[in-house]
Amino acid sequence: MNMETRSLKTSAETELASLFDGAREQLAGSDAVIKLREQAFSAFDERGLPHRRVEEYKYSDVRAKLKSASKLVAAGSNAEAKSALEAVETYGDLERYRIVINNGRLMAELSDIEALKGEGVTVSNLNAALADAQDEADGLLNVPSIAAADPMIMLNTALVLGGAVVSVGEGTEVSRPIEIVYTASTAGARYTRCRIELGKRAQATILESFEDNTAEAEGNAVSDFVIGDEARLTLARVVTGEAVHVSSVLMNIGGSAEVKAIGFNMGTDFARTQSFVTFSGEHSNASLYGITMVREKQHSDHTLVVDHKVPNCESRERFKAVIDDFAEGVFQGKIIVRPHAQKTDGQMMTQALLLSEDASMSNKPELEIFADDVQCAHGATSGQIDEDLLFYLRARGIPEAQAKMLLVLAFLAEAVEEMEDEGIVSALEGRIRNWLSVEE
Amino acid sequence: MLEIKNLHAHVGDDETEILRGVNLTVKPGEVHAIMGPNGSGKSTLSYILAGKDDYEVTEGDILFNGESMLEMEPDERAAAGLFLAFQYPIEIPGVATMTFLKTALNAQRKARGEDELSTPAFMKQVKEKAAELNITMDMLKRPLNVGFSGGEKKRSEILQMSLLEPKLCVMDETDSGLDIDALKIVAEGVNRLRSPDRAMVVITHYQRLLDHIVPDVVHVLSRGKIVKTGGKELALELEKNGYADYVGQAA
Amino acid sequence: MPAVQETIDRVRSIDVDQYKYGFVTEIESDKAPKGLNEDVIRFISEKKGEPEWMLEWRLEAYRRWLTMAEPTWARVSYPQIEFNELYYYSAPKNTPGPKSLDEVDPELLATYEKLGIPLREQEILAGVEPKNRVAVDAVFDSVSVVTTFKEELKKAGVIFCSISEALREHPELVRKYLGSVVPVSDNFYATLNSAVFSDGSFVYVPEGVRCPMELSTYFRINEQNTGQFERTLIIAEKGAYVSYLEGCTAPQRDENQLHAAVVELIAHDDAEIKYSTVQNWYPGDKNGKGGIYNFVTKRGDCRGRNSKISWTQVETGSAITWKYPSCILRGDNSRGEFYSIAVSNGHQQIDSGTKMIHLGKNTSSRIISKGISAGKSENTYRGLVSAHRKATNARNFTQCDSLLIGQDCGAHTVPYMESKNSTAVFEHEATTSKISDDQMFYCQQRGLSEEEAVALIVNGFVKDVIQQLPMEFAVEAQKLISISLEGSVG
Repeated sequence: MNMETRSLKTSAETELASLFDGAREQLAGSDAVIKLREQAFSAFDERGLPHRRVEEYKYSDVRAKLKSASKLVAAGSNAEAKSALEAVETYGDLERYRIVINNGRLMAELSDIEALKGEGVTVSNLNAALADAQDEADGLLNVPSIAAADPMIMLNTALVLGGAVVSVGEGTEVSRPIEIVYTASTAGARYTRCRIELGKRAQATILESFEDNTAEAEGNAVSDFVIGDEARLTLARVVTGEAVHVSSVLMNIGGSAEVKAIGFNMGTDFARTQSFVTFSGEHSNASLYGITMVREKQHSDHTLVVDHKVPNCESRERFKAVIDDFAEGVFQGKIIVRPHAQKTDGQMMTQALLLSEDASMSNKPELEIFADDVQCAHGATSGQIDEDLLFYLRARGIPEAQAKMLLVLAFLAEAVEEMEDEGIVSALEGRIRNWLSVEE
Repeated sequence: MLEIKNLHAHVGDDETEILRGVNLTVKPGEVHAIMGPNGSGKSTLSYILAGKDDYEVTEGDILFNGESMLEMEPDERAAAGLFLAFQYPIEIPGVATMTFLKTALNAQRKARGEDELSTPAFMKQVKEKAAELNITMDMLKRPLNVGFSGGEKKRSEILQMSLLEPKLCVMDETDSGLDIDALKIVAEGVNRLRSPDRAMVVITHYQRLLDHIVPDVVHVLSRGKIVKTGGKELALELEKNGYADYVGQAA
Repeated sequence: MPAVQETIDRVRSIDVDQYKYGFVTEIESDKAPKGLNEDVIRFISEKKGEPEWMLEWRLEAYRRWLTMAEPTWARVSYPQIEFNELYYYSAPKNTPGPKSLDEVDPELLATYEKLGIPLREQEILAGVEPKNRVAVDAVFDSVSVVTTFKEELKKAGVIFCSISEALREHPELVRKYLGSVVPVSDNFYATLNSAVFSDGSFVYVPEGVRCPMELSTYFRINEQNTGQFERTLIIAEKGAYVSYLEGCTAPQRDENQLHAAVVELIAHDDAEIKYSTVQNWYPGDKNGKGGIYNFVTKRGDCRGRNSKISWTQVETGSAITWKYPSCILRGDNSRGEFYSIAVSNGHQQIDSGTKMIHLGKNTSSRIISKGISAGKSENTYRGLVSAHRKATNARNFTQCDSLLIGQDCGAHTVPYMESKNSTAVFEHEATTSKISDDQMFYCQQRGLSEEEAVALIVNGFVKDVIQQLPMEFAVEAQKLISISLEGSVG
């Protein structure tokens, strides 16, 4: 009943099929990789682009949104990539290492590969790794069970153009944040994949900036985090630009590890950030935050699945959405507690502020629990700016527009400040301010 | 009434001994104070007396009126007359304090083969005893301990104690979280319950509670053993000199 | 909570098999031929002496149903139902609509007596304060056997009868409202029900009338291999008020039985309908064998301004429960409420919740759901709250709490919240936990046994919902919950 019998393909789906056929020769990978790509594509082809009748995409109908599939983007030159990079905002003066991925390919010359090597971090080209990969592509294209049925990840596996493998060695504490910047210097669909590995006891801050300045074409990125025992990861992601963007975060957390992550969806025509987090080792904790800022007819979807596979882990999820004009916000969150994952503590909260009459928000916070000795909760609210607070500020002499801005900023800052790292917090708050002032 | 013999115990899977041979005898009518620094095993002792899961006795025995309690369930110990006033009383949402009191009282009466108390008789008792402790009817209608202040929780414990009329009262850090006025109300409540056939064990870190509930015997517990026993003057001495003299002794 | 002690005593006095309504009544019955086709539908319609339009309505539903597939989105699993192996009509013989109690088969009266449902008005009058009287419509397998207090209700202008009788006596009312809340094509089971429904209750409360007593329907499945498909229709005219209760039991049988009911409520301006259910269909044995499949569509339409519909349910029975009593808040200032306790034990599966559809201005809704899972059961809350573009100032508060007892069960929460109006304010809270060891120890330290402590804490957990039930039901519900949880401790 759920599986609608599909006799007709949309034109985008037909185009994707011929795209895959045509690109087969040029896509990187050993025989083992090609086999995986083919399997992934045929699995995708069976399902088609996800649409509103697919429960996980109920509120984000990719099939309806994608009228046609763009051609795969060609590689850009160093000069083109450089000017694309200069045009993007990201983190200003913040001291950081950079890894640049333009038009879906790692730009080694623009990246701080040598400096990172000195810190104990190796950065290699995904395509080189795929070319050498043996059975099951050496795990480079692995997808966790909770994401196995996702058609957009299948499409990424089939068509991935390039990316990086970043490996933080055992016990390494990276002194500065590492920013992975994704840019586009020419139009065309970008299928990108990065794998970020933190060895045992490693500590790193990763910033992922998706800055798509091309008005058309889609982005489909997978970021695959493998976090070793006792490792600590701080992660901030910003998805912005005007394209259709589906971004998947896969995260596998070892034992006694700590993760703090925040994801921004701002100003993208159609953005879906979907995170699949698996606890594989005990006594770990993950704090996962998400921000949505949308206006006009934009659409932002934060989807999150947290899989508590083992006992004694703690997860905190907090998502905030500010929605203006005709924009739509979506939050879907699911906490799964497997049998025997006792002493799990999972708390999820989603809050939305609707700034205009036509703004809309859909929330679906789920709990799926198979163990009894757990503490799980979720909360959801949606509504307008609190009139009492607004009145209080105005009574103190603050003009309405400014008072609203203050309150929106305060609302979002609650989540942003949880990141603690001052440089990152102030950079992110700066972007919120910029977004807000555009409004006036 | 209570005889603790060479009691050794640990908590949960952790094999570290928390109690390392406690000996203690309490006779009817006596009030014993057990004092000791943090981590000396005071709360462990109170939980073991009440029979909490995970608190495992590895050696020794606890005799209550001559019979070993070790194999008894917590509710059986309660029915036998042991009452523990919790350091952190537990909140039970949706269950009115009044309902809880009645349920507990009748469960114990039934276990002892006594008739259940009629509602009017029960109400009369509760009202009298609640008034003595400055507990309002409104508070009794609220869910047990939910949203109670620290003082209200402790008064609620003493109210339960006076209603259930135990033979042995064990009070775990009853003074913690109380201001001086609340402390007085609680102490008066406890003192009213002193009688020749009832014994009390007062566990506390500070001497100030003992100004109000004057003990017959004071013990110092350190590193899981009673290292000194004396009269009430021992408490004053501890107040002045601290526990430093005793911390090393038991090692 | 006086029920606590009583509950414990009752739980203790019951043997391994806690379902006390599992007996079978030996009575001859009149059945339609096995299976489903247009002839069977004609047979049902003819048996009931229905008007022609009703038969057409049924046939249209049947043809529609043939094109539909069973829903699979709920978190329940069961073997394929062989719809052609079922009987769609079964009635105790010799009861062509009894005129009075004297004409009712004594065996039937004895059955209801055994179930604790008083059907003799004089007995009710003798035993109970007049203000606590309850009028009962008793439905046995496919037909209504008797409705009490009809005359007295008639004086107040209230129509309370079986839906078959309503079709004969008040066809214009039935025709106007039937299918106006749950359309014929609404969903697989509702459409099936539209084709084959055999009986159910009909209530009509005229303008300005406050129904003088509680109305109640008592459903009993007796016959083997019989599906029960009742249809209930309640209409409250402007300013009217009615409180309606339903109870359900079935014998213990090894095979699964299907129950697919449809309930439609219509509240006009300023009207209020309160609908309470205590569902205790046979849940199957401890190995998961047998039990009722309870696939029910219940929906209320707050059609008028300031109208109010309130659903309260205590779900302890059935092998599988699939139901979402909902409110369509169409009238401005209308209000919908859903209070639910769903207890699952053994191998039971529950997927239940509500839908609150805010369409009018200043509409409000409140959802309180308490799920308790024990044994090897699966218990899912699934709910939708939506505010339409024009639903200015819509308000919703939702709280769903789950309690797990034991480590082989599951508790799941699947809420959907869709706000298309910025002035709508939605608040949702959900928690999942077990009875804490600290709470248990504290209760035991005060002298409660383990069973008593669980009963006390569970009663506290469900209190917000129990308070919504009429008094007589509240006590019964508390007992039921404790009985359902028997054997879940230790």
